[in-house]
Amino acid sequence: MTSISRKALLQNIIVAAAFINGFVIMTIELLGGRVLSPYFGTSVYVWGSIITIFMLSLSLGYLWGGRLSSRNPNPDTFALFFLAAAILSLPIIFVAEWTMTQVFLNVEDPRYGSLIACTLLYFLPIFFMGMVSPYSIRLLVSSEENSGRMAGLLYFVSTLGSALGTLMTSFYFVLWFEIDTIMWGSIAALLLCGGAIALVHRLPVNEAAGVHRYEN
Amino acid sequence: MRIEDMVRHWRQFSLMLLALLGVQAQAAEVLHEERSVYRNIFVTEEGGRRCLLFNAVRGERNQTCMNTQNPREFVFHYAKMTMAGLLVNPNPQNILIAGLGGGTLPTALHEMYPNANIEVLEIDQAVVNVARDFFHYVENEKVVTHVVDARVFIKRAGLAGRKFDFIVLDAFTGEYIPEHMLTQEFLEEVKQILTPEGVVVANTFSTSALYDHESETYRAVFGDFFNMKMSGSGNRVIIAQQQPLPNAAVLRANAEPLHPVLEPYAVNILEFPPRMSTRPDWDQSRRVLTDQFSPANLLGQ
Repeated sequence: MTSISRKALLQNIIVAAAFINGFVIMTIELLGGRVLSPYFGTSVYVWGSIITIFMLSLSLGYLWGGRLSSRNPNPDTFALFFLAAAILSLPIIFVAEWTMTQVFLNVEDPRYGSLIACTLLYFLPIFFMGMVSPYSIRLLVSSEENSGRMAGLLYFVSTLGSALGTLMTSFYFVLWFEIDTIMWGSIAALLLCGGAIALVHRLPVNEAAGVHRYEN
Repeated sequence: MRIEDMVRHWRQFSLMLLALLGVQAQAAEVLHEERSVYRNIFVTEEGGRRCLLFNAVRGERNQTCMNTQNPREFVFHYAKMTMAGLLVNPNPQNILIAGLGGGTLPTALHEMYPNANIEVLEIDQAVVNVARDFFHYVENEKVVTHVVDARVFIKRAGLAGRKFDFIVLDAFTGEYIPEHMLTQEFLEEVKQILTPEGVVVANTFSTSALYDHESETYRAVFGDFFNMKMSGSGNRVIIAQQQPLPNAAVLRANAEPLHPVLEPYAVNILEFPPRMSTRPDWDQSRRVLTDQFSPANLLGQ
């Protein structure tokens, strides 16, 4: 395999990963309403808490991911974001009940209760998923001229992924699967993204094919 | 918050069709529109009947109605059927009602049992305002309203060791019962705050695919329960208890003294016992709804 085709493959995988990342963010957000409702109800402020925490963690993830991308950007670091997001999503399956019980027992006001529970369960995984967007732009951009086009493409696929994630989760997944099963599916998808990026990055490179022209 | 039967929907639908065809359908007068973060609420009045409606399409769904000439009268079958819970526990002292609507049930129960403590759970302050201003809902030291999600209140009541002997589950959105109030875990929490002789009365629909799932979920938590339906109504009322249910003779005996008390509300309790059946009339292979699996609104279609 030449370095050119390896690079093209890696680029395609990065775009696909951005799509899946957007998909999974909205799947987890929608399920958040289901996860919290047994403890904090479905009052309007419960959705307020969820959307606040998701927006906050995404925004900080964007900031931090963008910063990291300016220092030695490489696919391995990128793959680690997915691994971190996957691992940090495990508590949503295993300790959500315990966490929410503790919050429920200690915080009377369901507004702050849902805000605190939401922060504890979702801030870290969604923060890492937020880091994916700016970092993937950095990995794809090879020149100043195409930077806007690449950013547009990445916004397009990740937001399209979010739209589909919202639709599929609310229309079908909750009808077909249990919440934890859908969470396992999300974690598997994140691991698949990280694994594919790390693997393709390690494919053998034909040194004669002019690596320096195409490497960032 | 309530919804009446499918027959009504079809009637409204045909009225809409007539209107589309250019036939003038007499429109109900809108007395009031209350803004709400959940869904705006309309109060309409037509032919001596005042109704509380959810949803933007007015006239589509009557949550609750009141006869303005005789405000005590229970207009809908589901409200009448709720009183069947009194046949199982004829002397409730601590009543919990999830879902206020126009306040028909707490108002009637307070008149009938002035010494009973009645707590009403309503998620939407706007509904409470409308009930007070337009449906004669009166709160006092015996009738207390909490603006809260019912599941949250019931979970906390369980932790605090509180008990109720008459629990009415009547919380509806503009569509159906909220999904987190249809699950096995929720009903376990309800059971936890129920006294041994207490009764749970739940208003549900009988005309959706969800019927089977709901019935199986109640049976998983309470065992056998009374299933009550009335002709002309798409509602089904579940009457469940922790201890074994009373037999038909006890129901009939309890109905006798209640009959004169309930007559002013247009409830003929004497005809209820034969309609209360414990025989399953649903598909018993359907899956129990849980917090993990409760796609209620999707199953209901």
